Amino acid sequence: MANTASKTRPKFLHLTEIRLPLPGIVSILHRVSGAGLFLCLPLLLWLFAASLGSPESFESFSAVVGHPLAKIFLLGLMWAYLHHFCAGIRFLLLDMHKGLELATARKSSVAVLAVSLTLTVILGVKLW
Amino acid sequence: MNRVVVGAHYGLKDWLGQRITAVVMAVYTLIFAVGALSMGELNYENWRGLFAGGFMRFATFLFFASLMYHAWVGVRDIYMDYIKPTGVRVVLHAVTLLALIGYLGWAAQVLWRL
Repeated sequence: MANTASKTRPKFLHLTEIRLPLPGIVSILHRVSGAGLFLCLPLLLWLFAASLGSPESFESFSAVVGHPLAKIFLLGLMWAYLHHFCAGIRFLLLDMHKGLELATARKSSVAVLAVSLTLTVILGVKLW
Repeated sequence: MNRVVVGAHYGLKDWLGQRITAVVMAVYTLIFAVGALSMGELNYENWRGLFAGGFMRFATFLFFASLMYHAWVGVRDIYMDYIKPTGVRVVLHAVTLLALIGYLGWAAQVLWRL
């Protein structure tokens, strides 16, 4: 059953010509942000361990996260977390059949992008 | 149905587990945000105090446990979409799973030394 369906389904895979709709952009960013967070897990755990190990290791933690390049990198990871968080809540609601209409789904994907970016900016300003 | 050794186990368990762990992490994120906002000045004493209490230690451990399970399902889904050779996938599955188990042990060690 699944095989016959996949054979007749039209395919359009020209990566440079595909124009993803907003919900599609939110969806692929959910995957990208999740993958990025996973790949940075050892680094984040190392920072977590240093921040809680001892007053001395807290000092080296502060020095590392105080570096401008580290701040930009960590701000990127904060965006990744916040986007994954907001998009994840949207997907949970979609799973519960809330907001499935096309117009609502478009609006909620705009909201996900807007809220996660706004929170990233607020956090960035607060922590800079 | 063709069963594949590195397939999705064709059940609801992982799908549901990914969502339950997502809710656990979302709730913890809010608890952490409230704690961090009411912590006062960011220094070692206050930061340690945020995690050293029995509730926060346990909640933080649950967050990390949820994170590892959630990441396992998510990363495995990515492998299933892009990595087709079975051998490569098995190796990636093993490396990912072992890394996530190690990370959870690391997080537990940090928390229970506080």
